[in-house]
Order: sequence, then structure tokens, then C-alpha cells
Amino acid sequence: MRFFEHEARQIVEAAGIPVTKYGFCTSAEQARRAAEEIGGPVVIKSQVLSGGRMKAGGVKFADTPEEAAAHAADILELEINGHMPRGVLVDPKAEVKQEYYASVVWDGTAKRPLMLFSDMGGIDIEEVAESHPDHVGRGHVSNLRPIFDFEAKQVVAATGVTGSQLNRATPILAKLARLFRDNDMTLAEINPLAELADGSFVALDAHMEMENEAVGRQKGLLRRRLEIAEDDTRETYEPSDFERHVAAIDAADHRGVIQGKDHGFEGNLGLVIGAGGGSLTLTDAVRSQGGKPANYSEIGGNPSVAKACGLAKEVLEKDGVEKIAVMMSIVSNTRVDIVARGVIKACLELGKDPGETIAIFRIPGAWEDEGFKILERYGVESCDRSVSLWEAAGRAVAKIQGATA
Amino acid sequence: MAEALNKVFIDVEVDASVAGDAALAKKLEEVCPVDIFKATDTGVEIVEKNLDECVLCKLCIEAAPAGTVHVRKLYDSTELA
Amino acid sequence: MSILLDKETTFIVQGITGREAVNLTRECLDYGSKVVGGVTPGRKGREVHGVPVFDTVAQAVENHGGQIDGSVVTVPPAFTKDAVLEAIENGIKLIVIVTERIPRRDVAQMVELADLRGARIIGPNCLGLIVPEVCKMGGIGGPAKDAAKAYAPGPVGVMSRSGGMTTEISSSLTQAGLGVSTAVSIGGDAIIGSTYAELMPYFEADEQTEAIVIYTEPGGRMEAQLSAWVKENDSRLPIIAFMAGKFMDDEEMKGMSFGHAGTIVEGVEDTATEKIARLEAAGIPVVERIDEIPNAVKQKLEASA
Repeated sequence: MRFFEHEARQIVEAAGIPVTKYGFCTSAEQARRAAEEIGGPVVIKSQVLSGGRMKAGGVKFADTPEEAAAHAADILELEINGHMPRGVLVDPKAEVKQEYYASVVWDGTAKRPLMLFSDMGGIDIEEVAESHPDHVGRGHVSNLRPIFDFEAKQVVAATGVTGSQLNRATPILAKLARLFRDNDMTLAEINPLAELADGSFVALDAHMEMENEAVGRQKGLLRRRLEIAEDDTRETYEPSDFERHVAAIDAADHRGVIQGKDHGFEGNLGLVIGAGGGSLTLTDAVRSQGGKPANYSEIGGNPSVAKACGLAKEVLEKDGVEKIAVMMSIVSNTRVDIVARGVIKACLELGKDPGETIAIFRIPGAWEDEGFKILERYGVESCDRSVSLWEAAGRAVAKIQGATA
Repeated sequence: MAEALNKVFIDVEVDASVAGDAALAKKLEEVCPVDIFKATDTGVEIVEKNLDECVLCKLCIEAAPAGTVHVRKLYDSTELA
Repeated sequence: MSILLDKETTFIVQGITGREAVNLTRECLDYGSKVVGGVTPGRKGREVHGVPVFDTVAQAVENHGGQIDGSVVTVPPAFTKDAVLEAIENGIKLIVIVTERIPRRDVAQMVELADLRGARIIGPNCLGLIVPEVCKMGGIGGPAKDAAKAYAPGPVGVMSRSGGMTTEISSSLTQAGLGVSTAVSIGGDAIIGSTYAELMPYFEADEQTEAIVIYTEPGGRMEAQLSAWVKENDSRLPIIAFMAGKFMDDEEMKGMSFGHAGTIVEGVEDTATEKIARLEAAGIPVVERIDEIPNAVKQKLEASA
């Protein structure tokens, strides 16, 4: 789950990391008042979940509260990469002496959180790590023990930072690591961590992402502190009608699992496939053999006939879909005959002939013998486990190309 | 033309001789994992919209007197024994 | 010989009274696995297919009269960590976590404790592991009859991020007359107990295993780790890889999550193309089509002979 900058700012602040005085505003008037309170030049930043804000004109400087209001008014109406802002952040324009970088990420190989620190902040950390490796400090923290300040100190010191800067940066990095762990973050980044003219350190920009699986247990932070609504999931893109309908069918019936995605897909062959690895393999196989999938999907667990039917119908009703291919890797939990009933029913309910509409049915496994009886009765072309996923996909493609030819 | 179809794959029938039996009706309602049977004051009622969900478990056949509950597979014209 | 399991391996099922666990317990028993107890707090005294249920792992161990080798954990995500830590602290050395959607932080804690205690975790979000005709731990392969059809004993070790694909690939090896020494569904999450590289030493030490097949997807750095391992160790085992999800490299797909939790394309390092290049550079061929796997394995076996 992604956070807006102003939310990340609140998270960081709540963890005891110093931030500047700031205001989150949803109107030009609020921005004017925030700028007044801050006193002095400010920067107005669009609050969207997209990069490239500066380039798109979503970050503007203002010397007076009136200017701040004017910029806010503009930015509040400015669409950036398809996103409309939720508001603007009004920040004091800071007198920065030096910019640092501090973040915590998951290291999947070490299976521990990794602290990263650099005295070359404000720019792309990956670039710094490549060109100036001795300016990047790294250190893992334990998942079981408390995180001690000295662990953060070691990481900061590794970049050569010493003196009062070391003593100010250390607790900030340690707090960042603790907040990363306590809040189930997958990314907690402060860039830049600024040393101001007076020697104090503040988080000028913060970027946070929380693991979706943990959202359910972070209600304190999400609902009470940040007041984020439960249905505000911040997906990277707007789900299509197809995706929403399939999700609704899935949610309404606890028997089995279905999922459908069509973002970026445009084709005439609908895919009712499963599950996980099987779906990925089959989608590749269809495309590699010249097929044009209309969607991706997953069907798994122990679905009801209604659920399988629901998914197949949604796929069949997509614009441009001429046939569907029903294919899965060997199943033990999913019943072949139940899926067969579901997909055939989908065709019948839409007034289509199952034999014509289902290009291929390839699901080996539990209750397959019963499944074959049903498929035979309705004239659906099917194959057993001796036909690979690749081959089955190829047959589906050949069938649909033969039909359109 | 997207109306729901029922009784495409499976048909279930309970003999008239026992269909009115309240105790049997209750038992059938209990054992069926997909709610094909409903117990009413007049005995057992078949819930048509759930027929195609039948998982061929035979629990209904076992719960009733022999030969009184018929589960028919319409796709191969056989009856579950 | 196989890895991690043998004919004497004993294990419990934690969360045994749950719907999925009841099924998998039946399957494992039918397969001949020694399921010696189950744990569901509050249900002590019950039985699942003849397996006694206890409130605690300690009770199960006491009842067994000595150390229990393994546990299959199907406990819901909010309680999985507690169950796994309990297993580890009661001397269990091989833990298969079936549960999915466990927050990473919990998984990392379980793995760190397992490391400290010399225990090994497989999963989470996995179907377990199987040594054909010897032992099955988890739902892998399904009912005993189906598992027997798909898994014949042989010289190929299989490791897969997808449970279903473990069986699909193993079945194709069986159909080709090759067979499997041990197949491990390692799980689909971003952090797992045992990666390919971490399991390689076991296969290396197993006389029966003569080749390895891995199934992988975009996301994560396991292939980099495996490639590094292969370079640093003079492994006798040829490895064949198959990668699914190559379509995710496409521009329109970036940022979408498909399949398993850990499969989100971010940055060049994790794309399918980069991974394939890395594997091939380490001497691990990546076959284009899934049905090419058996022949690719046969070629490697003939070359080694």
C-alpha cells in the first residue's frame, strides 16, 4: 500500500523523526494560511502517487502567502500522469547545508531489513551506490532483537560522516528502522534528509510503502492516525470493469478463488486459466505462439460451478473475445468436472455453443474422468496431461486463428 | 441473453413416497453440502438453482431409504448409485 | 536417498482440524507418511482420521515419546508465527508452512529463529515436499493416487516457486521415464524459508539426485543467488530452469502484480530477461517451452554419464 507524501510525513513525525513545519491543504485559502503560519518562502507540492511532479509543474515555489494560494489553486487542478491530486503540501523552503539519504528496505536474500545511508542525498541512490560506493553505508537489523542505536551509528559512520552530524543522523536512522519494522513497511525512505544551516536535521521528503498483507493489522496507523478509508487501496492503476466484476464475483462466494486482469491486454482469445504459476506459464505460451490473449486470469482452490461460470462469462463478454481457452496445470484441489460445468454453463447462458466457443479444455487432475464425460457431451475439444501446457495453448491459438481465417 | 440456467448437468428427485417426511427432509437439508434440499412444512423441496452445484457426494442417497433419492447426471444419462 | 525426508520421518499437522488440513492429513496418511499428531489449541482429545489432536506441540511430542521430525503448518496468517515458533522451540527441525498472506515481518522472524535453532523452514505459501513412494509432507500432488500418478522415483530434484507447477513439471518428468528424487514447493512469497541455493547442498549430498529442475518467475533475487552459488561451488548437478511470466516484462504490465505475492516487476534486475541472462551465464540453461524440460534433462544426464 502506497502513501502520499503528506502521510509519509506524518508517519515519520510520529516516529520521532524531526520534520519541518508543514501544512496539508485541500484549498488555495488553506495554502495561503499555511504559508502565513510558516512565514517566509514556501514550496507547494502536489500530492499524487506519481513521480515526475516537478517536471509536470506540480512543485512550485512561492515567496508570499498570496503566491502560495495562486500556485495551490493551479496545482490542485493539475492532472499528473493520470492522477488528480488529493491536496497540496505546503513546506518551508529550507536553507539546506547538506543533503543525506536514509532508507530501510527488505533484503530478500538476507531475509532481514537493510538500513541504507549516504551523505550524497537528494539524488538517485542507485547511481550513488554505483559511482561512489564508499559513500553508501549498509547494515542489516535483526527481526527478533530490538534495534539498537549503535547499529544505525555503524551504518552512518561507514560513509565517513562524523562529528555532530553523526550524532544527529544516528537516532534518525534508528527510528526509521524501528518504524519500518513496527509498521510492516516494505520501503521507508527519507530523501533528502537535510542538514539545515543551524545544524539541525530534518526529513524534507519521505516515501513510505506498507505491505498489503499487513494492512489488516495496522488499523491504528491507517484508520485512526492517517484516517485512510478501508476501500482506499491506492492501486497503481484504476481497475477495469472486467477486473471489478470478477473481484465482486469472487468476494460474494467463498468457494474457491478467481481473479481477472486485463490491463495492457487486447485480444480475441479469452483465458480461463489457473493457477498462479500455471496462469503465468499459459499466458506466455499463448503469446509465444502468436495468440492474442484478451486477459489474464486465475482460477484455483475449490471453486463452485457458479464461480467458474461467473469468471468465464465475464471473459466471454469482453469486447473482442471470440473464444476462450480453459487450461490449468495439474490440479489436486480444484475439481475438473466442476470447472467443466462452469465454463459450459457460461456459454449456454450467453446463447453460445460450448463446442464452438471453448477453443480447448486442458485440466488434468481431480475428477478428470467425470470432466471428460461432460466435455464430450457438449462437443468441447479437450486433452489430458500427456498434452503439455505449451501444446494446449498452441492448439487454442491454432483453433482461433483457423476460425478467423 | 444472460439468464441463469438451472438443472443443466444434474437433476435430483425425491420419491413421492418419502417426499412428505419431515424428519427426512430435515436430514437431507443437513447433509447436503450445496443446499439442494430445503425442509418445509410439507416435506422436502428441491432448490433448483443449486442443482448444478451437486458434488456427487451421495450423502443424500445414504441418508434416505434405499432407492428413494435419485441423483441424475444429465450429461451421460446415468443415475448415481 | 532423497533430501530432508525418509521412510522414518515423523511429523505433526498444526491447525489439523481446519478444512484444508483435514484433507491433507488424509492424503499424507494414504501416501504412507507418518503423521503422528495434530495441534489445534482447544481441541485436545479429538481425532482427525485417527490422528490424535493436542493443544500444544509439547503434548504431541510427549505423546510420541520423543522428538518429532517435522510439522506441516496450516494455521491462519494471524497465528502462523506463533505456531511456527512453538514448533521450533519444541525441537522440530523441518517445518512446512502452507499458509499464505503472512506479513513479511512474521516470516522473517520465523526464519531467523529457525536459523538460530538449526531448523529448516519450507514456504510459506507452499504445497510442501514429496519423496516419491516414501513420504509426502503437505498437499503436494493431492490425493495419494493422484500423487502416485504424477510422481515416480528417479534422479531429478525439482524446486518450484509454484505448488501446482511442481506437480506439472514432475508429472512430465515421470511421463518421460525420468522420475523425481525429491520435489519441493518452495513457496511464492517475497521472503521464504528455503531458496534454491539454500537447498542445493542437500541435493548435492544426495546420491540419488543427478540433475535439478527449477521453476521460477520474475521478482526477487533467488536466481542471482543460485547463479552465485553454482559459480562458487563445484556442483556435480546440472540445472535446467524454466521461467514463467515473461510477458510481465512488457511496458503495459509494469507495476501490476500477477501470481504470487513476490512477483511484482520493479527495476531491471528483477525482470525475466535479466534473470534468464544471469542464469545462462552461470551455465544454467533456461528452456523456452515447458515441454522441453525432460529432453533438456536427458541431454544433461547423458553428457554427465
